[in-house]
Amino acid sequence: MPPPRGAPHRKGAAFANPCYTQIHPTCIPPSDEFQSKLTLMSESLRNDGRIWVPKNLDDVNVDAASIPEAERDYYLERKYPAFGNLVPRDIASRNAKTAVDSGRGVGPLHNGVYLDFSDAIGRLGHDTIAARYGNLFEMYERITGEDPYRVPMRIYPATHYTMGGLWVDYNLQTTIPGLFAVGEANFSDHGANRLGASALMQGLADGYFVLPPTIAGYLAPQLGNAPLSTEEPVFAQAEADAKERIDRLMGAKGTHSVDHYHRELGKIIWDDCGMARNAAGLEKALSEIPPLREEFRRDVKILGTAEGVNQSLEKALRVDDFMELAELKVRDALHREESCGCHFREEHQTPEGEALRDDENFAYVAAWEYAGPDIARDAVLHKENLVFDEVHLTQRSYK
Amino acid sequence: MSNMLKLTLRVWRQDGPDSPGRFETYHTEIADDASFLEMLDYVNEDLIAKDKEPITFDHDCREGICGTCGVMINGQAHGPQKATATCQLHMRQFQSGDTITVEPWRAAAFPVVKDLMVNRASFDRIIESGGYITVSTGAAPEANLTPVPKDAADAAMDAAACIGCGACVAACPNSAAQLFTSAKLQHLNMLPQGQAERWARTENMVETMEEYFGSCTNHGECQEACPKEITIDFIAMMNRDYLKAKLSNRRRGGQRTAG
Repeated sequence: MPPPRGAPHRKGAAFANPCYTQIHPTCIPPSDEFQSKLTLMSESLRNDGRIWVPKNLDDVNVDAASIPEAERDYYLERKYPAFGNLVPRDIASRNAKTAVDSGRGVGPLHNGVYLDFSDAIGRLGHDTIAARYGNLFEMYERITGEDPYRVPMRIYPATHYTMGGLWVDYNLQTTIPGLFAVGEANFSDHGANRLGASALMQGLADGYFVLPPTIAGYLAPQLGNAPLSTEEPVFAQAEADAKERIDRLMGAKGTHSVDHYHRELGKIIWDDCGMARNAAGLEKALSEIPPLREEFRRDVKILGTAEGVNQSLEKALRVDDFMELAELKVRDALHREESCGCHFREEHQTPEGEALRDDENFAYVAAWEYAGPDIARDAVLHKENLVFDEVHLTQRSYK
Repeated sequence: MSNMLKLTLRVWRQDGPDSPGRFETYHTEIADDASFLEMLDYVNEDLIAKDKEPITFDHDCREGICGTCGVMINGQAHGPQKATATCQLHMRQFQSGDTITVEPWRAAAFPVVKDLMVNRASFDRIIESGGYITVSTGAAPEANLTPVPKDAADAAMDAAACIGCGACVAACPNSAAQLFTSAKLQHLNMLPQGQAERWARTENMVETMEEYFGSCTNHGECQEACPKEITIDFIAMMNRDYLKAKLSNRRRGGQRTAG
C-alpha cells in the first residue's frame, strides 16, 4: 500500500505532479481478473535476459523454443541498439505495450512478452545464472508453475510507483505548517521518472540527512509551549468529521463490495491514464470517475460494524481517497500538454515515437490545492518553476 | 492453462479477542494459478454477495517480503510449500476435492484479534528492547574502511532475511520465539557495526522474549516452517552470546548495562 496522502491533501496540503506514475516493465502478467498483485520481478533480470516477441502473428500460440531465431523480434535491441534491453523503465514499458497491442503478446492470455535467459545460460552456464537470479527464478516458478531455466519468462508492465506526492519545500514541510512529509509520501526527488533504488535512497536521505536538521527549525520555537489540550474544539471537530465519514460509508448498505469499486476505478486509470495517454481518453476518464465515486458512496456494501477491526471499512476509506486522487491525477495528466518521463501523451511525440517535452511551457512542478469535492472544477493549480543553473535540460537519447 | 479446483474450506471464525471461535465450512471453485490469499479474496467476495461478513486476515505486500500474512494451513504454518509465505503459496499445491483447514497462528503471545488475524505486538516488544546501534551519521563512510569477512556478511544477510511473520512461533510446540529473536540479534551481532551494544542487546532481547514466549527444546519445527529458511544455527549463536553477555565485565568493555 502506498502511504496515505488523501487525508492531508483534503486538509489543505498541496499535491504535486499526481500524473507522474511509474509503470514497471518487469512484472508477471495477470492470469485473470481476480489476481490481486502483478508480482514485480527485479529489474536486474534485464541485465541478462533478452526481451522478444514473435515477428509473426501466427507464432504467438507456438512454443517459444520452436520459434527460430530469425522469426523473433528482439524489439528493444532493434530499436535502441546502444542500450538494448537496459533502456529505462518507461521506454521498456511502452514498447512492451506496443508489442502486445500489435497482437504479438505471448502466454495464454497474449498479455506478455518473453524475457529469455537461454542465451545467458548458454554463455555463462546454469550455475552463474542461478547465483545471480536463483531466488527470482524460484519466485517466478512458484507463481506461474513454469521453470524459467527451461522456458522464457513472460513479463508485462504494471503500475509501480507514484513519483508525485505531497508538495514539500526544501525543509520537507508541506503547505500545512508543521506537517512534514518524508520519503515516498512527498514528491521531491524523482521528477517525472524514477531510477532503480532511488525510492529507498529518498527514504534514507529524507529521514537520515534532511529531516533531522530541518524539523528542528520548526520545533525549536515551540519549546516551552504547553501541548495543545485535546479539549480544544478542533479535536472534537476532527473526530466528528471522521465519524461522519465512517457512518456515511457504513450506512450506504449498498450492493457491491469495496473491491468491486476499487477494480472499476483501476480499470479506468489503467486504460486511460496508464502508459500512453491522450486528450480523448483523459476526458473520458474525467467523465467516468465522478459518477463512479458517487455510485461508490451511495452503493458500497460494508458488512459488520465500525467497532473493532473491519477491513472492508479500512479499505473503503482508502478507496474513497483514491476516487478523488484518481480524478486529480487525470486532470493533471490532461493539463500537462507534453510528454515527460513516465507521462507520455500520444499527441506529443517525435516522428520516431519518443517522448517530446515542452520545456518552454511545462518546466514546472504542478502543485494542486484542494478547494472542494468537485476536483475537476475546484482544484487550484500552483506552479513552481524548475530553474536549472549549472546542469541544463537536454533531451536524452537511447538510440 | 489453469485448471479449476473444487475445494472445501474449514475456516476459523472469531468475532473478537474475547469471543469464542468456531470453524465454518465454505465451498469454492478457484483456478489453480490463484494464490492462497486470492482464493480467500474470492471466498470473501462470495460471502459479501451473500450478506455474510468476510473473513478477516492480515496481508500487505503479497510478495513474500513484508511478513504481514500468515495462517495455519492444514496444521502447517504458511502451508505445504517449503520456503514460501502464505501470499506466495499458489493453489496448484492442492488437488481438486481437497478439504483445507485454515486457522490463525496459535500461541499465547499472539492473541487472536479477529478470525485469522493475530496480534504480534510481542515481537515489537522484543525489537524495542534491542535498542539502537551506534553509528556515525553524516556522509557515508568509505566502505572499505570497515572490513567484513564475506562469510560473516553472508550469514548476517541470511539472518536479516527474517520478515517477522511469526511462523516459527506458530510451528513450535512450545510457542517459543528463539528463531525470530536470534535472527534479529545475529544480523547485527556478526557485523562490526553491531559490536558496540552487542552484549546489552543480547541480554535485553532474550529476557524480553522470555517474558512472552515459551522455551526452546530444540524441536527444529521453526526452521522447517520459516518462509525465509532461517536456520537454528542462529539460535545456537544467540545462546552463546547470551552466556557471554552474562559472564562478561561490561564496564570494562565500555558497554552500558541497559539498552
